[in-house]
Amino acid sequence: MLTRRVIPCLDVRDGRVVKGVRFQHLRDAGDPAAQAARYEETGADELVLLDVSATPEGRANATHTVAAVRRVLGIPLTVGGGIRTTDDAARLLDAGADKVSVNTAAVDDPSLLSRLADRYGAQCTVIAIDAARRPAGDGWEILVRSGSDRPRRDAVAWAVDAVARGAGEVLLTSWDRDGTRSGYDLPLLEAVSRAVPVPVIASGGAAHADHLADALRAGADAVLAASIFHDGELTPDDVKRALRAQGIEVRL
Amino acid sequence: MKVTVVATGVCNLASVQAGLTRAGAEVEVTDDPRRVRDAPAAFLPGVGAYGAGMAALAASGCGDAVVARVRAGHPTLAICLGLQLLARSSEETPGVDGLGVIDAAVTRYRGDIRVPHFGWNRVHPTDDARLLRPGYAYFANSYKIDALPPGWAGATAAHGASFVAAIERGSVLACQFHPELSGGWGNTLLQAWLQAARKALC
Repeated sequence: MLTRRVIPCLDVRDGRVVKGVRFQHLRDAGDPAAQAARYEETGADELVLLDVSATPEGRANATHTVAAVRRVLGIPLTVGGGIRTTDDAARLLDAGADKVSVNTAAVDDPSLLSRLADRYGAQCTVIAIDAARRPAGDGWEILVRSGSDRPRRDAVAWAVDAVARGAGEVLLTSWDRDGTRSGYDLPLLEAVSRAVPVPVIASGGAAHADHLADALRAGADAVLAASIFHDGELTPDDVKRALRAQGIEVRL
Repeated sequence: MKVTVVATGVCNLASVQAGLTRAGAEVEVTDDPRRVRDAPAAFLPGVGAYGAGMAALAASGCGDAVVARVRAGHPTLAICLGLQLLARSSEETPGVDGLGVIDAAVTRYRGDIRVPHFGWNRVHPTDDARLLRPGYAYFANSYKIDALPPGWAGATAAHGASFVAAIERGSVLACQFHPELSGGWGNTLLQAWLQAARKALC
C-alpha cells in the first residue's frame, strides 16, 4: 500500500539555504545540492525547495540551484516561490523540478492552475495554501504575499476550487502554527483533506515525530517540515522509525 | 552505454536525463524515428495526457519505431505514461488507439482512495521477473493497467486494488512508477536494465 511521505523543505535565497522564522532573521545554512543529497541519504521521500529570493537576480539564480540539486537528487523535487506564469514554471521544470507549487499567483488568477495542469498535468501542479484561523474562530481564511495580505477567502473552499481547476496536490500551511513548534493545525488538516480527493501535505508547526503522526492521523498524506531537520538532530529516517512504531506505513 | 530518449514534446526530461546519467548512461534526446528504431537502447518517457502523447508519437513517427523495438525485443524502457501508451487504449482519452503492443486497457483508479496516486508504494515482482526486485518505488499517476498482460513477467502494487507496477520481457521494461525518482532502489533498477541492454547487444 501507499506509504505516508516525510518531506524536508529547503528555503533558498540567492542560491543558498537560509533558515529563519516566517522569512525573518534569515541566516545562511549551506549549499542546497549538498543538503538535498544529505536528505535523500537519510530517508527523505521527497524534497520541497522554496525560493524566498526577494529580487529578480535572486529568482534567476533559482533555476541554477534547481539544476544543481537535480544532478544529485534521485527523489521527487517540488519547487515553489515567485512562480507567476506558465513560463516561470517551464523554466523550473526544464531545470529539473518534478512539480511546481503556486500560491499568490493562483489566487490572483485561478486560470493559472488550469493552464499549468493542461500543459504539464495535475501530477505536476501543486496548490500551496497559507491558511489562518478567522479571528472569530469559525474556520480559516487564506493569506497571500507571504502573509501580508488577507483576501477574505475561505481556505477550504479555495482548496476545493483549486483542485477542480487542476491542482493535483495541496500543500497546506497553517500560518498560526508556522514557526511555533506547537504542532500542526489538526482541524484545518481534517477539514481540507475531507473536502478534496487529492493528497494533502501538512505544513507549519512541527517540532517532533508525534506532531507528524498526529497530522497523518488527521488525514494528511504527507508531512512537510523544515526546522526539525535543519540542524541534523533528527533525520527523516529517525522520524519515520518513530512513525512506524506508531503503526503508520512509511518507506524505511 | 548510450540511451536514446524519445522526445514527446510536452514532457519534462530533466529528471530522466539526470537519473540515466547517474546510472551510468550517456543520454541523447531525439524525435527522429530512424534513430529511435536503430538505437542500441531506447527510452520512452511519459508525463502528460494520453491523447497528447499519442499525437506526438504519431506526428514524429516514433510510435511505429517503438512498436518495432518492443516486438523485436530490442532494449527499451518505458515509464509512467510511456507504459500506458504501449497498451491498446486508455480511459483518459477514449477513442484514441494506443500503440497496442501490450494487450491491455488503461483504467482510472476507482474507490475511496486518493487520486492522483502520489508517493512511494511497495512493489511485488512475479517469480519470473529478472530485472525487478522487491522494494519501494515512487509513483505519480491517476491511470494504470489492472493485470499483467499475457506473455510478460513483472510486478504488482496495491492502491485500493492490485495494479501493474511494471512489466518486463528480456531487455524490454515498462514501469508505471518513476525509477529515476525512486532513490537508490530506482538507480539499481536502471543499472540492471542498462546491464541487460549491454548483454542483448553482445
